[in-house]
Amino acid sequence: MTTSTTASPGPSAGSAGASASGTSRAGATSAATTGAAATPPSTRGTAPTELGHKARGRAVKDQLARVVMWAAFLLALVPLVWILWTVGSKGYHLLLDAQWWTNSQRGITSRREGGGAVHAIQGTLIQGLTTAAISVPIGILTAIYLVEYGRGRLAKAVSFMVDILTGVPSIVAGLFVYALWVTTFGLQRVGFAVCLALVLLMIPVVVRSTEEMLKLVPNELREASYALGVPKWKTIMKVVLPTAFSGIVTGVLLGLARVMGETAPLLILGPYTKSIATDLFGGLMPTLPTMINQDRTEVLQPAVDRMWASALTLILIVLLLNVAGRVVARFGSVKR
Amino acid sequence: MAKRIDVSDLNVYYGGFKAVEGVTMTVEPRSVTAFIGPSGCGKSTFLRTLNRMHEVTPGGRVEGKVMLDDQDLYASSVDPVAVRRTVGMVFQRPNPFPTMSIYDNVAAGLRLNGVKGRKKLDEVVEKSLQGANLWKEVKDRLGKPGAGLSGGQQQRLCIARAIAVEPQVLLMDEPCSALDPISTLAIEDLIGELKSKYTIVIVTHNMQQAARVSDRTAFFNLAATGKPGKLVEIDDTQRIFNNPSVKATEDYISGRFG
Repeated sequence: MTTSTTASPGPSAGSAGASASGTSRAGATSAATTGAAATPPSTRGTAPTELGHKARGRAVKDQLARVVMWAAFLLALVPLVWILWTVGSKGYHLLLDAQWWTNSQRGITSRREGGGAVHAIQGTLIQGLTTAAISVPIGILTAIYLVEYGRGRLAKAVSFMVDILTGVPSIVAGLFVYALWVTTFGLQRVGFAVCLALVLLMIPVVVRSTEEMLKLVPNELREASYALGVPKWKTIMKVVLPTAFSGIVTGVLLGLARVMGETAPLLILGPYTKSIATDLFGGLMPTLPTMINQDRTEVLQPAVDRMWASALTLILIVLLLNVAGRVVARFGSVKR
Repeated sequence: MAKRIDVSDLNVYYGGFKAVEGVTMTVEPRSVTAFIGPSGCGKSTFLRTLNRMHEVTPGGRVEGKVMLDDQDLYASSVDPVAVRRTVGMVFQRPNPFPTMSIYDNVAAGLRLNGVKGRKKLDEVVEKSLQGANLWKEVKDRLGKPGAGLSGGQQQRLCIARAIAVEPQVLLMDEPCSALDPISTLAIEDLIGELKSKYTIVIVTHNMQQAARVSDRTAFFNLAATGKPGKLVEIDDTQRIFNNPSVKATEDYISGRFG
């Protein structure tokens, strides 16, 4: 203790000496450069223009890149705004009607106005959340395995399978579950079968996004936790996952948004009905995408209106889920 | 509660690569031992074998013996997790847990190991923060995020976090290399205080720091890139800096090398 206090002035003087020599060296080099700049005053005319040239060339490139980026951004914005405007302007008036949110389409023909979409909203929410309840744990655990534990051939194989699964077209997922559920097991087409097909589509999205988020967690945090004598599983649960939490939530929501708008497996496994059906194992379950698809084939105005309104409803549900997810992600995420 | 470390003939490997070869040394309890040497000479690698942190890197393994008093750290019955509770570590870059408050960061080691009870945790947090000379600066904002502190404060927070689990030995891997001189001084003063309670081993690139804080200094070197690092000599810091017995040490210290 005493030795350290008595020792500290000496070395700090030493470091001061070192820094002094450092500055003197720096001073020498700066003097050299100023000297070099000062000696050829005759070339003073060319040097600045050369500097000017380079700067101008880069400024042009900078401006060009800026224009291209803005153009690309605006171009990408065009279809987005267009879709939102079209769906919004054509669909909004039915959404203002209370019965849209309370009634089903039971007994309402395409000729008649009225009725609601509550059967399809319920179906979409039930199927979406069931799908998420199955695929989120599987997806997150797979990602944890790949990032934290996976070494060697098995991890490579798993990663490869996830890649393949990412590329599976949704209609193939639907046909696969149909072949399994209906053809092999001889079961009825029910909402749960739809969920199974959607699970196949959602798992790879959750795995990939969670994997990326876990990779972003600095290794130093894991080491800090290990150095405290915390076991690996607890480090993952209490340090790694909370740090990546908001990113994982975002990934899950992207996956959920994808499966909620999915149509192909629904056409195969869960055709549209007009009545409320909330039992996942009790027969066909109507959803918003299949409702859109049903009304799309109609020429009569009431059905066309309902198509736009259900499209807008689907967009709003996905938006709401996103907002909810952001709020959830804010709690327990990285604090600043 | 500080313990002596006896290392005999230790080789460290990463996969097929031998990173450190044939280290034999004794680290005295209640003292500061500094490791110096050029980059890549294996001093950090060797430090990490003292609490089995090198095993976190895939392929990391050792041959030889590390005794903590009379306990062999590499005996087959020893759990590496338990070793790390006994031998704490502070890293080069301050790494407080970003999701946790200052309080939670200090309490993390205990909490994650299952200690509950607000009163007990309150006590430990205050004691550890005082031990790390940080209590006065943060006592009014214990609930604020740990990542919001300055670099030097964050490093002292990490030291508080490390001593909260009451280790026997504290390993420090270049704890000041990411800090400004004032924060460095604060940490060095802290090391001087901590050595009355703990066995401290510190890796540093700053030789003046080694001269300032340590009682004994070990010089590591490597023959060439790709060759394993070796312990050249270990002796009292005074001797190493004034009258080393090996020429390479003198060359390194006087700046004629590396």
